[in-house]
Amino acid sequence: MSKKVLVLAEAREGTLRNVSYEAIAAGKQISNGGEVVSVLLGDSVKDLSTELGKYGADRVITVEHPHLKQYTSDGYGQAILAVIEQEKPEAIVFGHTALGKDLSPKIASKLQVGLVSDVTAIEGEGDAAVYIRPIYSGKAFEKVKVKNGIEFITIRPNNIAPLTKEENKIADVSALSVDITNLRTIIKEVVRKSSEGVDLSEAKVVIAGGRGVKSEEGFAPLKELAAVLGGAVGASRGACDADYCDYSLQIGQTGKVVTPDLYIAAGISGAIQHLAGMSNSKIIVAINKDPEANIFKVADYGIVGDLFEVIPMLTEEFKQLKVNA
Amino acid sequence: MNIYVLVKRTFDTEEKIVVSGGKIQEDGAEFIINPYDEYAIEEAIQVRDAQGGEVTVLTLGGEDAEKQLRTALAMGADKAVLINVEDDVEELDQFTAAHIISEYLKDKNPDLILAGNVAIDGGSGQIGPRVAELLGINYVTTITNLEIDGTTVTIKRDVEGDTEILETSLPLLVTAQQGLNEPRYPSLPGIMKAKKKPLDEVELDDLDIDEDDVEAKTETLEIYLPPKKEAGKVLEGELADQVRELVHLLHSEAKVV
Repeated sequence: MSKKVLVLAEAREGTLRNVSYEAIAAGKQISNGGEVVSVLLGDSVKDLSTELGKYGADRVITVEHPHLKQYTSDGYGQAILAVIEQEKPEAIVFGHTALGKDLSPKIASKLQVGLVSDVTAIEGEGDAAVYIRPIYSGKAFEKVKVKNGIEFITIRPNNIAPLTKEENKIADVSALSVDITNLRTIIKEVVRKSSEGVDLSEAKVVIAGGRGVKSEEGFAPLKELAAVLGGAVGASRGACDADYCDYSLQIGQTGKVVTPDLYIAAGISGAIQHLAGMSNSKIIVAINKDPEANIFKVADYGIVGDLFEVIPMLTEEFKQLKVNA
Repeated sequence: MNIYVLVKRTFDTEEKIVVSGGKIQEDGAEFIINPYDEYAIEEAIQVRDAQGGEVTVLTLGGEDAEKQLRTALAMGADKAVLINVEDDVEELDQFTAAHIISEYLKDKNPDLILAGNVAIDGGSGQIGPRVAELLGINYVTTITNLEIDGTTVTIKRDVEGDTEILETSLPLLVTAQQGLNEPRYPSLPGIMKAKKKPLDEVELDDLDIDEDDVEAKTETLEIYLPPKKEAGKVLEGELADQVRELVHLLHSEAKVV
């Protein structure tokens, strides 16, 4: 049976996040030929709706309101519930982002339905859809199905590939007017600490440093390599605890979970706490002076050596590769 | 102030995981308080010490979760409640758990509820917001700082590395992120005292809940370990050659660059 699927798009600083397109792809699979409706919330977001059509949304619904400029669970909750009320979807897909993690349990609770969080893959289509998600800090996986009610899932960024972009595809766009009232939370200020440019949880390439980086300045060569590869810089808990970098960079069981195409671990021993945050990356490169370091056990490629020698050489070599390409 | 902390007994994921018959083997494994819940317990104790009141730690589970509750009491919580569902609930998902917890809390009038932002075993992060929604109170997730002045609450929360500063009011549910505080270790006198602190046990019958009303909406079909990774390739030779080979492999073999 085909299903009508509602997918939430997410914008950050006026640009749609990739997970918006990934959610459309997930929605298509669950819909089994049904309609995929993308929802866009904000104070001024209409201009972003055309992109959603190009990535496969059949329809786009926008809700614009001054109170939706910043995310609050009350504001976004009221808006999305109004859309659900109008559309009566049979499945819902959010990104497993800060916003999605905060909002989805509230909506699921309100709808009295189940919620499968942090899905990394979907098997089957329509009613036969089975969701795969990591558990035990990524050391095991479970297959989950929804027994009854709306199929509501959140998808981990970077795991479900978006559909191929079709420039001439146009989705029907409509606006829904929702009265947003009674916000119980007032956002006073947002202090941006995360790295400029590439979002760590969505980055295709992550260069992470551990205790071996030795100091705050020691992160400089990692940043240069990240810049050349268009990636983001991350860190182990050890490096954060030692005050070499901000906790916003921490990857691990506490901290962020990342699944980039390429993960380069520099001076990271590979404690289980760290592996929990990155072991599902597609390709892992380890650079460490200690040939016995645990990180080599999960690495696809390893270089035993001093990161301060290896990283700058890698940066040069990648620069050459880009020039020749 | 009437403070509740939602805690979960979890498998220590630093342990080796063995799966047999589609289930995680728990025999002989180490169980702990979910690390994020420890931040919640610590914060609750600090709020109580500053504002007065009482901290109750609450868990849903079986008899063996008593150990984790005693640890929380030894840290400084005043009372503990175990909602024992061992005999009544066969399959438990987040819908089920949140409904049972909120049924227990609905006539307790908590001013503040704290929980971890996610449990390291199941990893869904749903229970806190679900319970808040069912109780009709506001919630703020992944907090790193909490200040309470009367009923006004000022919070810093972590949003994918950025810090959001916001204002809200009691009653409120918050979920703890790393960085909120440094959880204390139970002291020896604390452990002695904990043995005498009240630990109540309730069952579904006491809560007037019909099992059918809280039947799980989702079902786990299978649990499995990720495919074992083949041993990686540690490069050899001159460092410059290794670097060149690595770039070549990433570009031509792995095709990730």
